[in-house]
Amino acid sequence: MSQVRVLVGTKKGAFILTADGTRQKWDVSGPLFAGWEVYHFKGSPVDPNRLFVSQTSGWFGQVIQRSDDGGETWYPPGSSPEELTTPEGFPKGESNKFVYDTSEETGKPLTTHQFYDGTQKDWVFKRVWHLEPSNSDPDTVYAGVEDAALFRTTDGGKTWHEMAGLRGHGSGPQWSPGAGGMCLHTILFDPGNVKRMFVAISAAGAFRTDDGGMTWKPINRGLKSPYLPEPTPEVGFCVHRLAMHPSQPNVVFMQLHQGGGIFRSDDAGEQWVEVNGNLPTDFGFPIDVHTHEAETIYAVPMDPMLRVPPEGKLRVWRSRTGGNEWEPLTKGLPQENCYVNVLRDAMAVDKLDPCGIYFGTTGGQVYCSPDGGDHWTPIVRDLPHVYSVEVQTIS
Amino acid sequence: MIRVEIPYHLRVLAGITAEVQLDVEPPVTIGAVLDALEAKYPTLRGTVRDHITQERRAFLRYYACEQDFSLAPLETQLPEPVAMGVEPLLVIAAVAGG
Repeated sequence: MSQVRVLVGTKKGAFILTADGTRQKWDVSGPLFAGWEVYHFKGSPVDPNRLFVSQTSGWFGQVIQRSDDGGETWYPPGSSPEELTTPEGFPKGESNKFVYDTSEETGKPLTTHQFYDGTQKDWVFKRVWHLEPSNSDPDTVYAGVEDAALFRTTDGGKTWHEMAGLRGHGSGPQWSPGAGGMCLHTILFDPGNVKRMFVAISAAGAFRTDDGGMTWKPINRGLKSPYLPEPTPEVGFCVHRLAMHPSQPNVVFMQLHQGGGIFRSDDAGEQWVEVNGNLPTDFGFPIDVHTHEAETIYAVPMDPMLRVPPEGKLRVWRSRTGGNEWEPLTKGLPQENCYVNVLRDAMAVDKLDPCGIYFGTTGGQVYCSPDGGDHWTPIVRDLPHVYSVEVQTIS
Repeated sequence: MIRVEIPYHLRVLAGITAEVQLDVEPPVTIGAVLDALEAKYPTLRGTVRDHITQERRAFLRYYACEQDFSLAPLETQLPEPVAMGVEPLLVIAAVAGG
């Protein structure tokens, strides 16, 4: 029978939740990396036992952890004395080191970026927000970082190299941080075109490469934000999340900041159309797509001023029409006195049929719906503040 | 042997259960002790000092023999009791968090 493994990153460590395909009875293990913030925790689609964690701390910096046995044992790749020692002696390794590439050969000069008050600030690495393992190689992983840039490892996390074409696009001095920082938080691969990727940055917007990351194009036409001084800038949008179904990679869904809401593009981001329809608010963080229905999407609208569920009712909203027509999903979710949030990386779908939907909250609950959103149950209720939820479907 | 105490979360990261003991050739400077710490526990590289600038992370402090060495240059020699292994160098997480 199939198994699902839910990988949860929280403010105080990581947790692994496992169940069989019925998704009724769950085993909970953790915390892993207790006391450290785990911004993201994701497995390789090629080798499900290859897991990567972004372990970070305002005190101690950034660590990447890797497991090759499904989470039983962990190590920071590239951190052993053998890996770090060179003929010249110790230490010359690159473990956990994220350095912006300013080399003449492959890099771009470091610029400044806009700060909240409109002044310019230096570009400084702070943490890894998102890890996206390759669809084809277990040793290749992409990392979205703050201050915004895209990194890649091709040796399983031992060394990381910036794909500087994005940061060096030229619009960098106009990028500014969202409230959480100037982070690259979303990385999507086009499954039919290895040269094409999408990323999103708060608050710069969405970008696409069609040449494997050498050059990038801002794809923000049609988005709207009443908070920007000009109505249709090239960059400056606080995109919260992108999602795509692999069967139609030209269709991209977006949750944008308040004043925008849910958008879709049917031409790989060239033009966006707002599809809020009957949603109660235009604010939220995650958006995801049903595994077997390319036009069924999920969002969790929040009160735009408070960042909590409207009316204290935790509702996932589902559209079976790719937007505009939405239905609230409430069975099993608290419908009074609920004031948690659901962050951008904290929703995921499994590959079973019926499709399972998962999300975690800032109150420490992780919910599962084993039937596409019709019914929900909490897998756990009292974890730390949940940053990210990913799910692996294991045959 | 030079004695070093590091914060709980770094002990967990490095798999250390107690105080660290290090061989450091004289002169026993702050930099030499941190170099030896990172050589013995490579996973700590970048966690006490920034990977690139080698500057002390802002929320960490260095103390020894009731003196604050946080702002001292790395070539600063530590007090004799530290060099003799009588007193530890303390690496302290200086700010509490939620």
